[in-house]
Amino acid sequence: MFKSPFLAETGAIAQFTGRFFREGFRPRYEVREFLYQCFVVGYQSLPMVGITGFIMGLVLTLQSRPTMAQFGAESWIPTMVGLTIIREMGPIITALIFAGKIGSSIGAELGSMRVTEQIDAMEVSGTNPFKYLVVTRVLATTLMLPLLTVLADAIGLYASYVGINTRGVTTLALFINNILSGLTFADVLPAFFKTFFFGFAVGIVGCYKGYYANKGTAGVGAAANSAVVVSSLLIFIIDLLAVQITGLLGLN
Amino acid sequence: MKTLTAPAPPPAPTGPAEVVLTLEHIAKSFGDNHVLRDFSLDLHRGENVVVLGKSGSGKSVLVKCIIGLLRPDAGRITVLGQDISTLDHEAMDQLRAKLGFLFQSNALYDSMTVRENLLFPLRRQWLADRRGKEKELVQQALEDVGLGDTAEKMPAELSGGQRKRIALARTLILQPEIILYDEPTTGLDPITAREISGLIREVQQKYQTAAFIISHDMDSVRLVADRVALLADGRCYAQGTYAELAKHEDPRVHDFFI
Ligand SMILES: Nc1ncnc2c1ncn2[C@@H]1O[C@H](COP(=O)(O)OP(=O)(O)OP(=O)(O)O)[C@@H](O)[C@H]1O
Ligand SMILES: [Mg+2]
Repeated sequence: MFKSPFLAETGAIAQFTGRFFREGFRPRYEVREFLYQCFVVGYQSLPMVGITGFIMGLVLTLQSRPTMAQFGAESWIPTMVGLTIIREMGPIITALIFAGKIGSSIGAELGSMRVTEQIDAMEVSGTNPFKYLVVTRVLATTLMLPLLTVLADAIGLYASYVGINTRGVTTLALFINNILSGLTFADVLPAFFKTFFFGFAVGIVGCYKGYYANKGTAGVGAAANSAVVVSSLLIFIIDLLAVQITGLLGLN
Repeated sequence: MKTLTAPAPPPAPTGPAEVVLTLEHIAKSFGDNHVLRDFSLDLHRGENVVVLGKSGSGKSVLVKCIIGLLRPDAGRITVLGQDISTLDHEAMDQLRAKLGFLFQSNALYDSMTVRENLLFPLRRQWLADRRGKEKELVQQALEDVGLGDTAEKMPAELSGGQRKRIALARTLILQPEIILYDEPTTGLDPITAREISGLIREVQQKYQTAAFIISHDMDSVRLVADRVALLADGRCYAQGTYAELAKHEDPRVHDFFI
């Protein structure tokens, strides 16, 4: 019989996702744990997201200047950088950083809980570990990544403003005006919506890998590692799909 | 634990007590590895049954079937009159409030302090009569195991023996009717092991709990067992009191008692 590990894995993750939707919307709701996970997920990735957002904005601005100057289009830099950051770079870079930071920590955390039988202990204590551990984390990543992306976008744009001001002078008002004039809702909304899917992918893959980690300490490492690899790959695939879909809807 | 005196001798046998746990023809395999083939055993209220068996003979698998972490391939498990294979998630959770399980690996939550570890089962089980008394219950449970001053520590800061005792406190805090101990004394020094054995006896007498104890520590078996069963070849190979099995002619039984 034809059996590819890739397909088997895809099927297993799909099943896991199905279980998330079946169990996630039935009581009892683990509200406290969910809020705590939101805090953990958001707070843990804040510094990384801030730093990468800043560097992204600065580098984009500094690197595009020579080219733009050649065409005498320096005044278009804010518009161009703004579009690039908001439509693509902000969401994707934040999501990848998020996958590296949060995906791996969820994979390792649940993996070690599985290996040391803590997940079984929860079940014995009358708690549904899937709800308590998985549903809360997946919801937290799904909601926090969009917030982090907006933050990274803002920091990246500010960095771009700083970059422009290293040569020449622009006022912040003019800079913002420039960006806004080049933006439409069709740029912003799809870019924002896809980040929910990125966050969901990071959460579900991290949880899946940890939840079914193999026994032994090697299993924990493997769970953390493959959580990052698979969720990063998924982020690119979702990004590609998002471009296709917005194209079909005539929003590009 | 400081309050404990030497473990009391087994209580004198009285009339037949109510059966709280029945295992009938349990079988469980992992692929080609037939761990349990046909295991049957009863457990009565207020009784300590010790299950002996070589490493890898499937003792942990057996208790995990009882608590519902593994599903047997065949056979029936009846806990407090309920066939657990017929229970849904909620009913199983309610039943589990009356069952305590001490993991062989302790399974303490290592992201939580000792206090939070003990509070977890208390808060998760909706036991109205324990509401508002959590603080005292935690302190009481910790003092029962002789670790009253560790409440704010993390499990990683404790020694192996201390962790075992905290795990025991977490099991006892719900005052279960049946306790399943998976190797409660393995890896402990002889003195601590004896203290734990004494504690198991004390819990049995104080709350009339039934206990299903897995062990190969013969010292502890002698102290806690009202009845001993030997698990071999996936079956209940022999059972009887400690003295009866110690005199058994079959070398496979006898070897445990040398
Ligand atoms: N989840 C599992 N998947 C596959 N095989 C398992 C699983 N759990 C246990 N086994 C196998 O079942 C057998 C019995 O394991 P078990 O843990 O019950 O032994 P044990 O009697 O408790 O031994 P010990 O005294 O060393 O704890 C072993 O051969 C083990 O490989
Ligand atoms: Mg075992």
